[in-house]
Amino acid sequence: MAVNTPPRLGFEYAPAPEATDHFQLAGVYKLFLDGEFVAPASEQHLATINPATEETLAEVSVANEADVDRAVKAARKAFATWSKLPGSTRARYLFRISRIIQERARELAIVESMDGGKPIKESRDVDIPIAAAHFHYYAGWADKLEWAFPNRKASPIGVAGQIIPWNFPLLMLAWKIAPALACGNTVVLKPARTTPLTALLFAQICQQAELPPGVVNIVTGISSTGAAMVAHPDIDKIAFTGSTDVGKYIMRTTAGTRKRLTLELGGKSANIVFDDAPLDQAVEGIINGIFFNQGHVCCAGSRLLVQESIAAPFLDKLRARMARLRVGNPLDKNTDIGAINSADQLQTIKEYVESGITEGAEIFQPPCELPKRGFWFPPTVFSNVSQSHRIAREEIFGPVLSTLTFRTPEEAVAKANNTPYGLAAGIWTDKGSQILWMAQHLNAGVVWANTYNRFDPTSPFGGYKESGFGREGGWHGLHPYLELH
Amino acid sequence: MAAVTSTPIEALLRQVPPVDQVAVEERAASLASRSIKKSSKLWALDLAIRVMDLTTLEGADTTGRVRSLCAKALRPAPGDPSIPHTAAVCVYPSMAAVARECVGDSGVHVASVVTAFPSGQSFLAVKVAEVKTAVAAGADEVDMVIARGAFLAGDYAKVYDEIVAVRKACGEAHLKVILETGELGSYDAVRRASHIAMAAGADFIKTSTGKVSPAATLPVSLVMMEAIRDWYQFTGRAVGFKPAGGIKTAKQAIAHLVLVNETLGADWLTPERYRIGASSLLNDILMQIAKQRSGVYSSAGYFTEA
Repeated sequence: MAVNTPPRLGFEYAPAPEATDHFQLAGVYKLFLDGEFVAPASEQHLATINPATEETLAEVSVANEADVDRAVKAARKAFATWSKLPGSTRARYLFRISRIIQERARELAIVESMDGGKPIKESRDVDIPIAAAHFHYYAGWADKLEWAFPNRKASPIGVAGQIIPWNFPLLMLAWKIAPALACGNTVVLKPARTTPLTALLFAQICQQAELPPGVVNIVTGISSTGAAMVAHPDIDKIAFTGSTDVGKYIMRTTAGTRKRLTLELGGKSANIVFDDAPLDQAVEGIINGIFFNQGHVCCAGSRLLVQESIAAPFLDKLRARMARLRVGNPLDKNTDIGAINSADQLQTIKEYVESGITEGAEIFQPPCELPKRGFWFPPTVFSNVSQSHRIAREEIFGPVLSTLTFRTPEEAVAKANNTPYGLAAGIWTDKGSQILWMAQHLNAGVVWANTYNRFDPTSPFGGYKESGFGREGGWHGLHPYLELH
Repeated sequence: MAAVTSTPIEALLRQVPPVDQVAVEERAASLASRSIKKSSKLWALDLAIRVMDLTTLEGADTTGRVRSLCAKALRPAPGDPSIPHTAAVCVYPSMAAVARECVGDSGVHVASVVTAFPSGQSFLAVKVAEVKTAVAAGADEVDMVIARGAFLAGDYAKVYDEIVAVRKACGEAHLKVILETGELGSYDAVRRASHIAMAAGADFIKTSTGKVSPAATLPVSLVMMEAIRDWYQFTGRAVGFKPAGGIKTAKQAIAHLVLVNETLGADWLTPERYRIGASSLLNDILMQIAKQRSGVYSSAGYFTEA
């Protein structure tokens, strides 16, 4: 039948990059204080770069103690009126913000991908839509707080200091700001050093929505900016998402003060595959669990626990699937894995992978051509990993998966729980009773069954053990921002 | 207790993994969002013609209608030699001889649907006789339907035996086995039926008759391709895949090609291992090729009806 065979070029997808000519970034961004963009007292700036090209995108301000103090004062002043507004009025602002995020979704998605390195398909389909959904969802709670907590009076706490990470910049901003504002608090938010741009675009959105001045203040900067917030005496609450080390520092620093605290920290989450699982879909779930956002996900399924009886064929399937991943330009609509967020993070990942090799685990990386400039790391899976290896215990925060095996459900639970962390877990089985039994025995804030990395504003998210405390999302997410009498 | 016995096909089916509906639909949707532009789009459109089984399966089919279809299959765009011929024409058995006479040895294959298409509700002897007659009349490919009644009643051995019998009756002809996925009820059943057909000797497995909706959806295609991939992995035998029914636009055809590319790989992107069964798809593809080349759309009047 060898007639009419086409030339065997293979199906090479032509580049399909998002255009970037429909918006303009400012050369220099000021701080957003009291409803205005103002120059930093520090007179210092830092460059934020595109990790895929190492080109500078813009200069942003570095807020020092004086700048943080100005922000807190503005938030304190605004609190007096914002907290007294009827909930339905606050809701109107939040709905408006949600709508403007949707209107500017394309611009926000592109800037998110340029500043952070994540593939456009993720910023377009996940980060920005869910960020808008968070504002929409919490707008709905703003005038229903007395029904949310029957027979109790719920009042706002005051000024919230919020410090967010670089992996989901606008989404983490939404997780923090939406419930705080819905409950009547005002905020000072510090975006991460490497990804400040969408927070600054969000400041513009606050102006567009005519949010009263001082309700939201954005202080860009470095770790000392965050430290100034943690130390500031007039901040009533610190909400932090980031590394466990910094979380511990914040907890020590705020001990004995009036500050309330919620921490959403690291993880080493287990994705557990039983021998009766829908294998092809489980492979997709493992891929999504660890390679989503280059593995820069606090709840990444970075430990694969696979039942020993199917380990070999399952790993074959996984490796074959990894070879199909498209690594490259984050703005290309067909890119599956983008750039590593920063040179520092790339270095961390490389060190962990070295340690995995040194400790005797077996490495697999599919052949893939990485761009010459920028920060890149190929998708990586380790097999023959032991519970005692560093790559099985410590958070790598990159596209690196460690595979371990188990024999029984009890052993799976024991291994999954044998970690200082407790953020998330995934279970893959066709058996409903197995899912329920596992979910009861896993010490993880989120347990996904036959799916992974699924986020929704209505669902609470948070950790056990050193993965932190406090919940964001859903009804639970109101608690950290309310005083209940 | 009596000794546990089972037919070989039942033993095989116990090893077939389950399919998760939500996740398989998600994966198919994510592949459908691939952005295929410019040179890759032209490449895919050209391939879509080369792998097409241009089809007419109507009670109203006449020799005139089939001749017209064959002419279109041989020269989809008269006057443009860069447009290839389709892989095959697909007709009812009564039209196989006419089709063969029209396409001759041009390289366009003649596929005949058989086994009491589309329902399959007839006697095995009749089905076998139909296959032999169709092949004798000039069909070098036969598209059979499985016995869904037997499948849904759990009589997998009967489904298997029938395919084996048809396989034998085919002789040299190429056998495509239609699962009619729209009647099977679940992705698990689609996956099971795929394995039965491959074990029984199918050269291709095919989604649908085109007479039942839903037909060749992306998730169904994905499930069948995953079955083919595993079969190749375990037995070394490469089975082809043919989605048919409901693929009407170039965009849908390209989405299916992306699915093949990222599930089975480039080795399956040939008419030997992949076909698209379609009756109205061809002119949309020609229109999109013209658009890619010239930058503007032409009206439907510029593309010949079959």
